[in-house]
Amino acid sequence: MEFFIDRFPLYLSGAGVTLTITLIGAALAFVLAMAVGVLGTMRNPVARGVATFYTETFRGIAALVLMYWMAFAIPQLTPYEFDPMFAAILALGLNIGAYGAEVVRGAVNAVPRAQIEATIALNMSWARRTWSVVLPQAWAQMLPTFGNLVIELMKATAIVSLIGVTDLTRVAQEQRSATGETILAFSSALVMYFVIAQALILGVRLLERRANRRLGRAPEGGSGLLALLRPPPVTATGGGR
Amino acid sequence: MPQSDLLPGGAPGAGGPLIRFDGVVKRFGANTVLDELDFTVDAGERVTLIGPSGSGKTTILRLLMTLEKVTGGVIWVNGEPLSHMRGKGGLVRAGEKHQREVRKRIGMVFQQFNLFPNMTVRQNVTEGPIHSLGVSRDEANQRAEELLDLVGLGEKIDAHPTRLSGGQQQRVAIARALAMRPEILLLDEVTSALDPELVSGVLDVLRGIAESTDITMLCVTHEMHFARDVSHRVLMFDQGKIVEEGPPEQIFGDPREERTRTFLHAVLDHG
Ligand SMILES: Nc1ncnc2c1ncn2[C@@H]1O[C@H](COP(=O)(O)OP(=O)(O)O)[C@@H](O)[C@H]1O
Ligand SMILES: [Mg+2]
Repeated sequence: MEFFIDRFPLYLSGAGVTLTITLIGAALAFVLAMAVGVLGTMRNPVARGVATFYTETFRGIAALVLMYWMAFAIPQLTPYEFDPMFAAILALGLNIGAYGAEVVRGAVNAVPRAQIEATIALNMSWARRTWSVVLPQAWAQMLPTFGNLVIELMKATAIVSLIGVTDLTRVAQEQRSATGETILAFSSALVMYFVIAQALILGVRLLERRANRRLGRAPEGGSGLLALLRPPPVTATGGGR
Repeated sequence: MPQSDLLPGGAPGAGGPLIRFDGVVKRFGANTVLDELDFTVDAGERVTLIGPSGSGKTTILRLLMTLEKVTGGVIWVNGEPLSHMRGKGGLVRAGEKHQREVRKRIGMVFQQFNLFPNMTVRQNVTEGPIHSLGVSRDEANQRAEELLDLVGLGEKIDAHPTRLSGGQQQRVAIARALAMRPEILLLDEVTSALDPELVSGVLDVLRGIAESTDITMLCVTHEMHFARDVSHRVLMFDQGKIVEEGPPEQIFGDPREERTRTFLHAVLDHG
């Protein structure tokens, strides 16, 4: 305990870096997932082609290799150099965004045909229909899987420790070499990762609850803060793949 | 009851029939649902479509709402081809832009209401006018209030549709369709998903609209009393063909075709 209390500020700053990369990476992944996911539902073959190309490419490339490529290959290929943290965020965002796009596509396609027909009967344009009917209804369905993806992304941020960014994993490694306290150094990191994950899960559950309320559905497992801490039914989530 | 400025009227002086089916063919795969169907509906006319399940009644309304495409033939609305447009050397398949233009005249109420669950009642009724017709928000709101009063749901304007009974939801759906000021209202078995005690409330609203406006109605229903009260003409369908047509008194009181008689017996026995 003393070990941890003494080094708490160090771990905290490492956790801050991890959280920052997670949140910015998640924001990037979210924007990509929404844009590409919706493209993938369009009738236009070019739009669908772009979507397929993106998802197939970035699902198949390990975020780690992509990060190395951006951090080390780009400076040799171009006059530019990426900040390591930027390279990591881009690699993670592109990778998780590809999974997210599939989630968005699935959720959009799952909006009942009858809802689309109602928008046609109201003569709504494609853009209006997508914005005010399809995405709001698909949103509730995306969230559980988005929750899994954001946890995946958070765990994957540990790769930045390999290109010199002092995130939580890097702090743990440094403390281990500095003190030789292998067990304590890594246990402290485990605890902090756990806390971050719980915070992210809680955030997503709050969003889920709000989304379901907006659709006039009662929240699963009752209301109240306690209900948020309970894990959701296993069948309801799609898994991070 | 509403005045004529609240609800839209019939077609602006166009001479011929408002709706014309001209040799319309509709196939789903190998299944020919409509085979060279011809009929017309005049502006302000209220027509009820009856016939056994699977006879193509819903398909006719869905073709008019452009939810399905014709396999052959042409549907004309107010002298404009609905599924086609005038192109070089005759009619060509309509593009999205043309369809949106012709669709302005037509509104539809569905069997399962199809209200948007992510919107309040107010938003359901104002969304189309604001974003499809370009009506101002104030005007759309005011009209939504009037229409919801008309269907007896003024107090539910800020409620969530999922909190309403089926009958109330269907009345909101009627208000939503009327908010677009359609010339033609399509009603596809709008009471058949409702509990029996909620049916009359919805039918009363539709009777009121029929009496106080000259909106053209195409109505598919098994409510024969309602059909008799509101319609000018009844079309009896079987296997995608009109078996018999005439004023409701004749069709219900003195049907000429055996097929109509057996159908009416079956419906009346169940109702
Ligand atoms: N989307 C579809 N795909 C294939 N067959 C369909 C489709 N819609 C309707 N049909 C078929 O068309 C026929 C007429 O259906 P419909 O118009 O719904 O009849 P009704 O409303 O008179 O009961 C039925 O045989 C039905 O199976
Ligand atoms: Mg039907």
